[in-house]
Amino acid sequence: MSILVDNASRVVVQGITGREGAFHTARMLAAGTNIVAGVTPGHGGRTIHGVPVYDSVHEAMATISADVAVIFVPAPRARDALFEAADAGAKLIVCITEGIPVRDMAEVMAHLPRRGCRLIGPNCPGLITPARCSAGIMPSEIFMPGAAGVVSRSGTLTYEVVHELTEAGIGQSTAVGMGGDAVHGIGFIECLELFETDRETEGVALIGEIGGDDEERAAAYIHDHMTKPVVAYVAGHSAPPGRRMGHAGAIIEGTSGTAATKKAALEAAGIPVAASPSELARLLGEAIKRRRST
Amino acid sequence: MDLLEHEGKRLFATAGLPVLPSLLAATPEEARRAAEQLGPHVCVKAQAKTGGRGKAGGVRVCGSAAEVESAAADILAMSIRGHEVESLLVERAVDIARELYIGITVSREVRSPLLIFAREGGVDIEELAEREPDAILRRPIDPLLGLLEYQVRDVVDAAQFIPDQPGGTGVGKGLAQVCRSLWKLYHDRDATLVEVNPLVLTAAGELYCLDSKVTFDDNALFRHQDMVPEPPEDEREAKARAAGLAFVPLSGDIGVIGNGAGLVMSTIDQIEAAGGKAADFCDIGGGARSEVAQAALEAMFAGPPVAAVLVNIFGGITRCEDVARGLVEAIEAAHVDAPVVVRLDGNAADEGHAVLRAAALPNLTLAPDPDEAVRLVVDIARKRETGVGTAETALAGAAGVAAAAVEAAAAETASAGDADAAPAPGAGS
Repeated sequence: MSILVDNASRVVVQGITGREGAFHTARMLAAGTNIVAGVTPGHGGRTIHGVPVYDSVHEAMATISADVAVIFVPAPRARDALFEAADAGAKLIVCITEGIPVRDMAEVMAHLPRRGCRLIGPNCPGLITPARCSAGIMPSEIFMPGAAGVVSRSGTLTYEVVHELTEAGIGQSTAVGMGGDAVHGIGFIECLELFETDRETEGVALIGEIGGDDEERAAAYIHDHMTKPVVAYVAGHSAPPGRRMGHAGAIIEGTSGTAATKKAALEAAGIPVAASPSELARLLGEAIKRRRST
Repeated sequence: MDLLEHEGKRLFATAGLPVLPSLLAATPEEARRAAEQLGPHVCVKAQAKTGGRGKAGGVRVCGSAAEVESAAADILAMSIRGHEVESLLVERAVDIARELYIGITVSREVRSPLLIFAREGGVDIEELAEREPDAILRRPIDPLLGLLEYQVRDVVDAAQFIPDQPGGTGVGKGLAQVCRSLWKLYHDRDATLVEVNPLVLTAAGELYCLDSKVTFDDNALFRHQDMVPEPPEDEREAKARAAGLAFVPLSGDIGVIGNGAGLVMSTIDQIEAAGGKAADFCDIGGGARSEVAQAALEAMFAGPPVAAVLVNIFGGITRCEDVARGLVEAIEAAHVDAPVVVRLDGNAADEGHAVLRAAALPNLTLAPDPDEAVRLVVDIARKRETGVGTAETALAGAAGVAAAAVEAAAAETASAGDADAAPAPGAGS
């Protein structure tokens, strides 16, 4: 067990012939991922690292069946790639591309529910179920299979925490990098829900950062619904207050959004908040140990 | 990319939004001439990319050309929330009967644009939102459907125009058109914020956008070739931006370079928790090569002198060896003598350490882990500030200790690595 991806996942890579797409396809394959097809319009018929390339996602899906699409398409064409993946029947889309206009993402997020598919990202490192499936760009070398769930808004902080966990002998069930764009797919609550029902996961590390109120809402969710231990870290305590033009942001977000309000909300919900990434790994290890001994 | 009020109003005018006649002035003399042209009653407004201009005294209503000239001199000398006043907008003044608020911005929560309206606008809108949340109308706009007519009607209803006020209920038609034009502008120009506060109803029964706040989505500039962002004022930021780095100048004296926004933010948090202050936020991004690491250091040294620098890298895709080479080149080329503390872990960290050791730079210290790196850099910076001992001796001591710790850590990593080397089971087979 794990969440979202495992060794049954069949992956199609969009933008597979690009520099990033080709490079990370090799890495994902090496991490044990079952990549069944690649797509780049106009490049059908080629193979990249042994993976057959098709002209469209529909064509790839008609030939082989896939349920996960990983997108490396450059920002100006990412919106179209996202619509294509959803319309062709992908159940999970992972969009690595950074710099996608917020208008495009709002349009995509309005469309996806009509196709019943989930999105991770954009502007994210993707997700990994160690030794079984890497859908994205996380460095699989630092992971090992185990009981810790990780969900994060930051890529490198995820690596820091996972590295510490692995060094301490604590493996991971699945690690999800959600990305930090204003309009993005899957959020903390959805991931926490999945970790709660996953038999393999025994505790979760939540890595947040300033902006938005995802952490505040996650705190309320954990308090009301989670039985498994969750520990948290929030980056950005010393970030200067963002220059705000106008009042609209303050009207809709109120006082939430700073690292201090997030930390306070998490602690009020009984969630330990670490002072550093290394402390977060330590706290999770202890929480899992305590859970096992009771 | 934020627009100044006068830039936003020019855009408003082309979008069919009602604005008052106005002229831009760079000197008190120009302001006086503008007032003579626009009529005696004008409003002189500071042009600066920040809110709170009114509260800071940057907006003055004047009744004569002489008054305008002296107001202009005062305002041009101001800085508002750290922003120098770049110029003045001299605008015809009107008799205000009512102030309304209308804006559209992106909402993280509903993942779509949100139309916001309040029948009481003005400088206290945020207090109103907190005190009386129901006084604010919020309508999510489906980006695939656009602003719907029932939503426009909701806004007009919420305005509660009454027959015996200026313009009567007919003003509703004008407000409906403001809603539609504002949405069209927001959507067509890839804005992330368009805001009119206040939108005023004059004693003569007319609606005018008295202010404009417009922010464009930098990620969408590729489809708006006519919008060119200004280069940043800070020289470090300009240099870093040119090299494709994310750089935010801060006010402390410890230079910070890392890979990944979260990691850099977290590093700065820990520096401050340890009593230090960061001079910048510099993210070299994922997969950074040696040129990028070099550019980051060069950008940093283009600014005010730093007491010490911390380079904190966790190599995922990034190869620490590449970063190490870039650092050595930058330090050698720039003859940098500020102490540099480096922490490398993850991908090719051992090779990176080897590169740094081989370079034998006297001002470079290797730290075994991020916590120790922060402790070291804050300690070094503090010693340099207070002049305790010479920088060289403080550094040499620190370097010795840290180098030994790195050796120990490297040995540990090597054995842990072997333990993990069991091949992964073939997925899906």
